Amino acid sequence: MTLPKHELIDGKVIRHEQIGSNDVYLLDIDIFTDAEQYAAGQFVQLQVPDGEILLRRPISIADVNGTRIILIYRAIGKGTKRLTRVQCGDTVNILAPLGHGFNLDCQKPLLVGGGLGIAPLILLAKRFKGKADILMGCKNAAEMDWPVKMYDNITAENIITTDDGSMGLKGFTAQHLPDVLAKKAYDKIFVCGPEIMMKSVAEIAKQHNIACEVSLEKRMACGLGACLSCTIETTRGRQKVCKDGPVFVSQEVFFNE
Amino acid sequence: MSNISLKTEIAGIKMNSPIMTASGTFGFGEEFADFVDFNKLGASVVKGTTLKPRSGNKGVRITETPAGMLNCIGLENPGVEAFLQDILPRIKKYNCPVIVNISGNTVEEYGELAKMLDVPDVAAVELNVSCPNVKEGGIAFGVEPDSMSRVIESAKKNTNKPVIIKLSPNVTDIVMMAKAAEKAGADVISLINTLMGMAIDVNTWKPVLGNITGGLSGPAVKPVALRMVWQVRQAVKLPIIGMGGIMNATDAIEFMLAGADAVAVGTANFVQPDIINKIYDDLEKYLKEKNLTNIKQIVGKLQA
Ligand SMILES: Cc1cc2nc3c(=O)[nH]c(=O)nc-3n(C[C@H](O)[C@H](O)[C@H](O)COP(=O)(O)OP(=O)(O)OC[C@H]3O[C@@H](n4cnc5c(N)ncnc54)[C@H](O)[C@@H]3O)c2cc1C
Ligand SMILES: Cc1cc2nc3c(=O)[nH]c(=O)nc-3n(C[C@H](O)[C@H](O)[C@H](O)COP(=O)(O)O)c2cc1C
Ligand code: FES
Repeated sequence: MTLPKHELIDGKVIRHEQIGSNDVYLLDIDIFTDAEQYAAGQFVQLQVPDGEILLRRPISIADVNGTRIILIYRAIGKGTKRLTRVQCGDTVNILAPLGHGFNLDCQKPLLVGGGLGIAPLILLAKRFKGKADILMGCKNAAEMDWPVKMYDNITAENIITTDDGSMGLKGFTAQHLPDVLAKKAYDKIFVCGPEIMMKSVAEIAKQHNIACEVSLEKRMACGLGACLSCTIETTRGRQKVCKDGPVFVSQEVFFNE
Repeated sequence: MSNISLKTEIAGIKMNSPIMTASGTFGFGEEFADFVDFNKLGASVVKGTTLKPRSGNKGVRITETPAGMLNCIGLENPGVEAFLQDILPRIKKYNCPVIVNISGNTVEEYGELAKMLDVPDVAAVELNVSCPNVKEGGIAFGVEPDSMSRVIESAKKNTNKPVIIKLSPNVTDIVMMAKAAEKAGADVISLINTLMGMAIDVNTWKPVLGNITGGLSGPAVKPVALRMVWQVRQAVKLPIIGMGGIMNATDAIEFMLAGADAVAVGTANFVQPDIINKIYDDLEKYLKEKNLTNIKQIVGKLQA
């Protein structure tokens, strides 16, 4: 067994700003190493620069640009709230790249993102060089602000849903998915978002006989496959989300247990 | 620093340094191969192994707490047979002594595990007695001296390898447990395992961990661990492996001054996966600064 090469990197913060109404931040870090080699769907373990936060926090690689990586995160708890205080020019240590990314092998991809799950699909959309469509959903128009900007020009078509109907279609992404699938001959769906939404999307994909990959989240300590904080039951036996995922074929992880 | 030596020996196990890994925090070692120089690691204590494969606890398995973390992994592991067949042949290439941490549901299972692991590429077994004694009411073997002693005797009878007993800190009198372990024939004492704790989500009114309770580790437990090592050092002659919240060389030195012959690094591996190298380098620097040449010169030198 050969494990992918992981590195500890001291990165320098180039840009750090709030981009979303609901405490969503963008962190642009120069990691002084070729970031283009990272796969869409891989993540980093970021050390919150504060002696008080012990464990690293897992954050997806939203985008890369030369030697820079972009992380998009929501300040929800102790660690991510402390992270918002990081300033441009500060050093942040990351462990990267972790996990396996999406398998890009398909003709007509549909990306489905919900909330913060829209972030890691940015790099995926770019890797598809404009041939992917995205169906993305947030609570309301204000929360949809950053995704609309980020997906300007990187996809063939953007379909937007909001829970309250303040922008795009009213309702959840999964509700509108059957209509979207009826319009074009998609052969693979890539989904990232809340687990309940990924399950619904995976179920619809299965009914339509379309391949589907999901990106899972589990609490993590090591990120390296050592501590077993993040294991799940799959049709291939027990797997570690950090090392064997976070991307999985939906039918391997969402099955009737 | 050629005249400075970190080499040491515990119960006949020759180690390049007194720095070991704590079971369950270093996987099987290979997960850290991109970061750790195995020539600097004294011994790799691999994850808790049981007779049959175990899938561990359901629900949330870790959570961060002030200066520490709680875990309730629940001894997920592929079982001793898979370890011997698939994993051991793969990890022996690191040329670093492999110590297997074992857990049983019964006294007999410890003996069976010890026997199966009495193979050339295993340096020793470490008995994890913080797990429930299924036959006798589910209370941990390690909180009561008689059942702990029976576990040690069962392992000793079945192997020629050194038997390390890993003491649980969840006891009233750690010294009494250490003395019982020595009397029962243990070759080495390691301490401490995690302290039992819990965390509650005030929004949902539910426990954070899937198993409700979990084991506390990290810097938060260090003062307790250090005190226990120091007390045990005064009461028994056996070599001691000290652990609990060791994050850097300074912490390691404290444990050695308190009487630990070697130390094990646990939670720190998650924070800084190359921490073993750093502790090794800093221990060398410390010896040099103190005009010492051998790490053994600091063991038990606390002037109290
Ligand atoms: C592979 C992966 C990729 C992720 N990518 C992103 C991303 O791109 N953007 C983003 O905003 N968030 C992402 N998350 C979730 C993010 O890691 C958590 O929101 C974050 O760890 C919460 O930390 P905290 O200290 O603010 O929260 P606290 O609630 O204070 O955290 C306490 C503990 O819970 C853990 N934790 C809490 N929520 C989660 C969660 N949802 N997933 C995993 N661990 C959690 C923390 O790591 C920490 O150990 C990702 C998680 C994983 C596993
Ligand atoms: C995630 C995790 C898993 C652990 N698994 C085991 C185990 O299988 N067997 C064991 O004896 N101790 C286990 N431990 C306890 C550690 O080996 C160690 O005794 C304890 O964490 C204290 O050291 P630390 O503070 O440096 O982590 C585990 C600890 C953690 C954090
Ligand atoms: S986070 Fe440690 S095994 Fe996945």
